[in-house]
Amino acid sequence: MSDTISFVLFSGTDDKLQAAAVMTAGAAALGKRVNVFLQYWALDAFRKDRIDLDHGLCPEAGEAGRAAVDALRAAGQASWKDTLAQAKDLGDVDIQACSLSMDLLRLEESDLDPLVDGVEGVTAFYISAEEGEIVFI
Amino acid sequence: MAALEIARTVDAKGLSCPMPIVKTAQAIKDVPSGALLEVLSTDAGSTRDFAAWAKSTGNELVEQTVDGGVYRFVLRKK
Repeated sequence: MSDTISFVLFSGTDDKLQAAAVMTAGAAALGKRVNVFLQYWALDAFRKDRIDLDHGLCPEAGEAGRAAVDALRAAGQASWKDTLAQAKDLGDVDIQACSLSMDLLRLEESDLDPLVDGVEGVTAFYISAEEGEIVFI
Repeated sequence: MAALEIARTVDAKGLSCPMPIVKTAQAIKDVPSGALLEVLSTDAGSTRDFAAWAKSTGNELVEQTVDGGVYRFVLRKK
């Protein structure tokens, strides 16, 4: 089992970002090195003026899914932002913005929340991923 | 058997996965090697999670009990 795992975050809805944050924190707790690469709508959710907003849920969530997610949150579940912050405090978690997506969304690095460590291209991401698994969310 | 001497307790009751493990991994950094860390959790996945985490990280799961929906784990730091 490789000691590095890499997540490509594409979707920008709160449910997928929550799942990705949980996977990241779990890997960090096991001492794995974790790379998170932000593309498209996931990157948009990390804009510092939007990160705390409601990003909605996947279409398949429906009304029942919305209610279930709200109930978990009301019970005190940490947000995906806080979960990622704790994962970064705990272990070796590097969060990078995809440079193509930065162009697509017309973003500067200063537009991003400080959780994001930098901007890189797909080649640098693959090098960081080493021989570890890559998961697309 | 004499009661085990606990160096530190992590109260993770009410926290959902993966926070009990995240808090534990953070807390175990601050206890000396060989010392015991106690964790309290209400997350139903905890039993398997703590066994797996202990095995993977080399910390020893010394004790695990459940009482009224509260899981209690005692870990000895590697």
